[in-house]
Amino acid sequence: MPIITFEQPNGTATDVEVAEGGNIMRAAVANGIAGIVGECGGQAMCATCHVYVHPEDAAALPEPGEDEDEMLDCTTAERTGTSRLGCQVVLGGALQSIRVAVPSEQV
Amino acid sequence: MSESILIIGAGHAGVQLAESLREHGHDGPITLVDQGAQQPYQRPPLSKDFVASHQAPEMLPLRSEGFYAQQRIELLTSVSATAVDRAARTVDLSNGEQLGYDRMVFATGARNRELACPGARDPRVIGLRTLNDAENLRQKLDGAQRAVVAGAGFIGLEFAAAARARGIDVTVLHSASRVLNRSVSRRLSEWFTKAHRGDGIDLRLSEGVQSIDAHDDLQVHSTEGESYRADLVVYGIGVLPNVDLAEASGLACENGILVDASLRTSDERVYAVGDCANVDRGGTRVRLESVQNATDQARNLARTLCGEPAAYSEVAWFWSVQGRHRLQIAGLAQPSDSSMLLGDPESGKFSIAQLRDGQLVAVESVNRPADHAAARKLLSRGESITDAMLASAGSLKELACATPAAA
Repeated sequence: MPIITFEQPNGTATDVEVAEGGNIMRAAVANGIAGIVGECGGQAMCATCHVYVHPEDAAALPEPGEDEDEMLDCTTAERTGTSRLGCQVVLGGALQSIRVAVPSEQV
Repeated sequence: MSESILIIGAGHAGVQLAESLREHGHDGPITLVDQGAQQPYQRPPLSKDFVASHQAPEMLPLRSEGFYAQQRIELLTSVSATAVDRAARTVDLSNGEQLGYDRMVFATGARNRELACPGARDPRVIGLRTLNDAENLRQKLDGAQRAVVAGAGFIGLEFAAAARARGIDVTVLHSASRVLNRSVSRRLSEWFTKAHRGDGIDLRLSEGVQSIDAHDDLQVHSTEGESYRADLVVYGIGVLPNVDLAEASGLACENGILVDASLRTSDERVYAVGDCANVDRGGTRVRLESVQNATDQARNLARTLCGEPAAYSEVAWFWSVQGRHRLQIAGLAQPSDSSMLLGDPESGKFSIAQLRDGQLVAVESVNRPADHAAARKLLSRGESITDAMLASAGSLKELACATPAAA
């Protein structure tokens, strides 16, 4: 099963297994990862599942869609070049592992 | 802070409150009481993804299964509160137990306004509010060819668009003269009417459901004397705040439980948050039905209960997914506000700025998340944005970036 590594602002890291086709937000919420809210239920509407993808993994991802790209301007923590909405990043296929940093704030 | 806090209702508001209380250092007992049997779950997908896809969608929990125990939050499911004695500070539960409290919070939400016409009791006539409703609806959608939707509000239109996308023939009956009449500007109502009709939905305005005859299929008779055959009827005709328990305990209720700007009822130990709370916002009474309102009020109340009180003043925002169209609203408009169009509605991507006395108060965006993001920033800063500024700026985003946040 694909694995997501969540790195917290305090440096701790947690590995979470996710089913093929599962997304980062859902995996985080189901596994109680602190700092990922997912308030809209995965609709790319609330920008509270913001993550910073590790630069080495970022290149492997498809570009954000237009909706995600525009909502990334709504994040509470600063947007960077590898900012993504967790609900829009799907694991599986060629993407069997990813490291993401959780921002210090989501709301 | 070792007071015991009892929260009635484990929806978005109740669960967020419990979590935020711990975040802000509340150390005393927290009990969440909910009549649902499941662990608390996300409601927004129920009228969207849940009914749209052909594969069975998973329920999305609000928090992980282990969250409640980890946070020392006692979650009591399949239990409802039946009576409150505010003098004794106790609550009776449906399981026969009685709980005491130092502070109590109503997060009881709202329930569907029921379709009351003859025939509405048929099991193929379905309201959509809970996970059980959504699962029931999904089952009945399999093999359905025709659906009638009563009510063109958010829920009705979200379902209608999702059903249409599955190839079902959909007729929407709406008794008001325009769709989404409680929620959006006239201009946007007209746009959505055209968009849904363009997608093949038979959308009928100023026409309500009169009665339903149940045979092998359903025959829906309208207030205009028309009849429509259907395999199922879905109604979304508004909700009623759950105030029965609060009212029975002697708390003032009028379109919700009346609370002050710090979300407190007339009893200083009792509060209300979310759909059930009617809040005093600067002399105006506001009761909203949205996730953002529920969670932001919960966060605000958690701070208050942990000794950092502040009046609730968050910018309200809403969203709706109607087929291909993503609607986002920031701010609260009134019917008397004037509107200014930003972008081209023909392109399917545009916003409508709502102005009151020449000042920006709300923005409705269709397929323009950048406008919504900018509007939330602009409105939350509380600065004056005039129609002239809007007209001269290239976009809301430009305005949001150009206006110094510190000004």
